[in-house]
Amino acid sequence: MPGEHFVVPPHWEWYILGYFFFAGISGGSYVLGTMLRLWGDARDAAAARIAFLISFPTLLVCPILLTLDLGQPLRFWHFLIDDSTGGLAFKAWSPMSLGAWALLIFGVFSFVMFLSALAEAGTVTYRALQTTASFIAGTIGRVFMVVGAVFGLFVAAYTGVLLAVSNQPVWSDTWALGGLFLASALSGAAACLVLATRSRREAQGTDRKLIEADRYFILLELALIILFLATLGGVVSKVLSGGWIILWVIVLAGTLVPLALHWRAGRMKVSLGEGVSLLAPVLVLLGVIALRAVVIFSAQA
Amino acid sequence: MAKPVGFLTDVTLCIGCKACEVACKEWNGLPNNPLDFKGSYDNTGQLDHANWRHVKFMETTTSNPDKPIAWSMMSDVCKHCANASCLEVCPTNAIIRTEFNTVFIQQDVCNGCRDCISACPYGVIGFNQASGTAQKCTFCYDRLQNNLMPACATACPTQSIKFGDLDTMRQAAADRVQTLQSQGISNAQVYGNKEYGGLSALFILTDKPEAYALPSAQSAVLPSRNNIPGYVTATITAVLAGLAGLIAFRRRGESSSSPSPSGQGGG
Repeated sequence: MPGEHFVVPPHWEWYILGYFFFAGISGGSYVLGTMLRLWGDARDAAAARIAFLISFPTLLVCPILLTLDLGQPLRFWHFLIDDSTGGLAFKAWSPMSLGAWALLIFGVFSFVMFLSALAEAGTVTYRALQTTASFIAGTIGRVFMVVGAVFGLFVAAYTGVLLAVSNQPVWSDTWALGGLFLASALSGAAACLVLATRSRREAQGTDRKLIEADRYFILLELALIILFLATLGGVVSKVLSGGWIILWVIVLAGTLVPLALHWRAGRMKVSLGEGVSLLAPVLVLLGVIALRAVVIFSAQA
Repeated sequence: MAKPVGFLTDVTLCIGCKACEVACKEWNGLPNNPLDFKGSYDNTGQLDHANWRHVKFMETTTSNPDKPIAWSMMSDVCKHCANASCLEVCPTNAIIRTEFNTVFIQQDVCNGCRDCISACPYGVIGFNQASGTAQKCTFCYDRLQNNLMPACATACPTQSIKFGDLDTMRQAAADRVQTLQSQGISNAQVYGNKEYGGLSALFILTDKPEAYALPSAQSAVLPSRNNIPGYVTATITAVLAGLAGLIAFRRRGESSSSPSPSGQGGG
């Protein structure tokens, strides 16, 4: 049974919503890029490259949003360095502390993979970039990429754990948020990738696989939404009342509609029309934002 | 070596004069409150960045026609928990435990992330827009360092707020509860002996803790309780997502002679 607390809201609002969204897309894109390289075939190379090209720019937005949300933005480095002792500020049991370090470390992986993807695409031809690409193509590079994916998973998921590790009603009453945000992030990243590969002929062959993966991620997300609501007990009314219903409708539209569209297309063995195939990933992305918005804002209302 | 210190706030002695609030504001240079009428003598509202003592006015209706309203006043304050939720989550180590066993926010270290605000189960910490930092009662750390009593305890005219060594306060609380119970106040109880490993701000209550917006001993749980379940759920999700990726992205129908691009193939 959830504990009765008398907490006041921290007023985490739009910057945090934006941060949670972009962290999910960045981590999720990196993970999808890694999966495509590990398990995909030659036709998936372009999509994998695009995934890494998405991951780093979206990650760059994250520290900016986080810093803007701080009361003292110029002290953002206090997350990493203990200003009173001069040592490292690291607390394994504080998700915000872990998250700050994970962002930094994941940034290195994401940046290297970004450079490698640029080199592979032939966009930039500096020798250093070619060296990076060669490194990534080797066995050690592959290990590097997989280790980065672990950090990518963490960055996409820890935001949910961060909310839960509090005494705020709703957030602290459930253990499902970490998993839920991860599933939703992967779904959003797959949708992003589908949109990004639309205009690239060499990557279009991966569309079908990405849509299939997104279907599984959405099913996972739906299961976790049910778990999330079930674990809330008496405070479930806080997230399922008033204007929050509108956000839930968007969440459901971002999960059930794409599922239905792809199920119908699969059953009839036809491709989705241009407009409809665009609609599904856009709805997924809107759902990803709405899910985070309803979780963040309803608990603080 | 400094000894752990404690407050003992006795609701049965509080007359709601708010001398504690005024003394706290004056000593700590806290801004005045807006002159709003909030439908009660309690026009402070809540503890926050500008109110480090808050005299709560609990007004309940009774069945006695001569006394239709029962009053109870409690001067609320940061509890300076032994296992403090705010200190636990603070990512910058701005929140520290002092040599007096109190909990203190270093204003020059805090970067205003507000994680502590979402963690404090007593709603004690407020965010100061002007300084961009989280603020709360310091237990008059500067006064303690100079062997002075905290301002609120010094100003309290009824001894509702007592100050002293923590052990002495615990004993005083136990004695006072015994006295109150012998006088027929059977609900008299000490709050703060068990909650969060013991509080440095003890209270003598005459009703259940929730009536004073204090979590019960059963509800007094730390944020870190959700770390392991949260990460385990995320890990299980990650494994399932990995399987989903394996199923969706696995090689299908590709000729083994197909060229493998840089960094591609295998698996």
